Amino acid sequence: MSTDGDGSIKVVPVRHVGRWVGVAAALVVVAMIVHTLLSRLPTGQRACQGTGASRVCHAVTEWRFSWDIVFHYFTTSEILHGLLITLELTVIAMAVGIVLGMVLAVMRLSPNRVLSGSAWTYTWFFRGTPVLVQLLVWFNIAILYPRISLGIPFTALSFFSVHTNTVFTPLEAACVALGLNEAAYMSEIARAGLLSVDEGQVEAATSIGMVRRQTLRYVVMPQAMRVIIPPTGNEVISMLKTSSLASVIGVIELLGAATNIYSANYEIMPLLLTASLWYLVVTTILSIGQFYLERYFGRGALRTPPPTPLQRMRHDLAGIVAKFPSRRGLAGAVER
Amino acid sequence: MSETASLMVEAIGVRKHFAGVEVLKGVDLKVGRGDVACLIGPSGSGKSTFLRCINHLEKHDAGELLVDGQLVGYELRNGKLYERNDKQICAERARIGMVFQRFNLFQHLTVLENITMGQVRVLRVREDAARARARELLERVGLAGRDGYYPAQLSGGQQQRVAIARALAMDPKLMLFDEPTSALDPELVGEVLDVMRDLARSGMTMIVVTHEMGFAREVANTVYFLDAGIIEEWGDPREVLAHPSSPRLQNFLSKVL
Ligand SMILES: Nc1ncnc2c1ncn2[C@@H]1O[C@H](COP(=O)(O)OP(=O)(O)O)[C@@H](O)[C@H]1O
Ligand SMILES: [Mg+2]
Repeated sequence: MSTDGDGSIKVVPVRHVGRWVGVAAALVVVAMIVHTLLSRLPTGQRACQGTGASRVCHAVTEWRFSWDIVFHYFTTSEILHGLLITLELTVIAMAVGIVLGMVLAVMRLSPNRVLSGSAWTYTWFFRGTPVLVQLLVWFNIAILYPRISLGIPFTALSFFSVHTNTVFTPLEAACVALGLNEAAYMSEIARAGLLSVDEGQVEAATSIGMVRRQTLRYVVMPQAMRVIIPPTGNEVISMLKTSSLASVIGVIELLGAATNIYSANYEIMPLLLTASLWYLVVTTILSIGQFYLERYFGRGALRTPPPTPLQRMRHDLAGIVAKFPSRRGLAGAVER
Repeated sequence: MSETASLMVEAIGVRKHFAGVEVLKGVDLKVGRGDVACLIGPSGSGKSTFLRCINHLEKHDAGELLVDGQLVGYELRNGKLYERNDKQICAERARIGMVFQRFNLFQHLTVLENITMGQVRVLRVREDAARARARELLERVGLAGRDGYYPAQLSGGQQQRVAIARALAMDPKLMLFDEPTSALDPELVGEVLDVMRDLARSGMTMIVVTHEMGFAREVANTVYFLDAGIIEEWGDPREVLAHPSSPRLQNFLSKVL
């Protein structure tokens, strides 16, 4: 046992050899990616400057990933309009999905067999068929129902009647199809959340005289949220991208706008990249929102809530700053 | 009916079965206003089930159960028993406080919000009045200043005292305790029993399921020994606990003491 001059014992941290090898490998891969992203290709042309003896020529190159074209289209009105439609689709479909999903989950857990059976059947049907098929069916719904009318069944009485295609646009068909499909998934997520709440919570609420609806709203739902939010965040991000399927039925959302442009100018890769970059931007924003939502609904669940990324960064910086003087100082300053 | 009028709880031949198994086989019990009854008995004898019948968390199958002179869950009109609707049952329940073995505090709410919830949502008390009452009750259970804590940040004994305050906030006429100290570390049992002792002294009618024989002996007016769904023996705690006459109670006491 070796001790320092002042008698305190020196702490030697464990060396993580494997971890350093991993870090080195990761750095190499990152370097390769950055290199290829920023690489340039020769166009086959040469550019020359000057005349006579001072004439210099060099091969003309261009970005492998055509970044100039990617960023040129990034903010064009066509792409931005597509982005707006994508956001609209995502928001409406998720709103339908979440509200209907919650209703279905509560129905599914109801002691009433008819209610729970209907909810089960709904989920079975909408989860059991491809979402692309559902999109096409809603898009073509006028084949089954050329007119929408409200009347009394089995009689000729009708209060109003309109052509389906005049009120049901492709965008609306996409909202309905994606929303109803999402509800099936959301209902399972919500059900898992509701089941995760301890039975004792319901008993306690009941014992102070709350009725079933109040218990659900004020006691069960808020606690179920902690379990419901993370997979719902997943669903939102997934919906953002699934909404691109709507381009199949002629909705010009983000991907639709990109394909429209490249079918005219053949800049296929740059425009796919433009669309991808926008999807990444929105996903990033959504992830940040999800973090704070989770924190809000997780209150009370842990004795000390986890730090926000900002708090963690500040803590890490403080740690690094604090490290330097202690290197020069005496050992034994370990506990700081 | 002068005796009935002075009774807070009266059970006559209460029966309850789950899936063919009879758990309560005709329980008789009487608790006067301001009295404390302790219910003791081995695990699985039906103590929790009986308490839950009293505030209608469970429906009893047969027998009569009266709280404050009213049939629990039913109404007698013109010689017929009418089942009460959910709303009426909830209103009845609001006046019967219940304290659970595992506290069951609302995990997502602060201590103060736990205590105001029932006042605001059920009794329709104004928010600020509910808060004032909650602070008063927190002081009474020795937790003044813990308003903003979440249940997970409190010790078991503190949580159980908040649970008692939550029940008291409903201004109950009867308090039911289901093994309130069984989930606590031994050194925390005392602080909860102290609060309960104060409550009994203040004149609250209480039915307490417990294994704390010292508490039963000191506080209870009557102790009931429930065994396999039957009240096997009952009476004055000093008498019953010191000189049990039934061999089953003798056996039980030799195990818990
Ligand atoms: N909801 C239920 N369904 C089926 N059996 C139950 C239910 N609740 C309690 N029981 C049974 O009733 C018996 C008495 O339970 P309980 O009243 O909790 O006993 P104690 O509180 O005295 O330990 C036990 O055998 C238990 O398994
Ligand atoms: Mg029990």
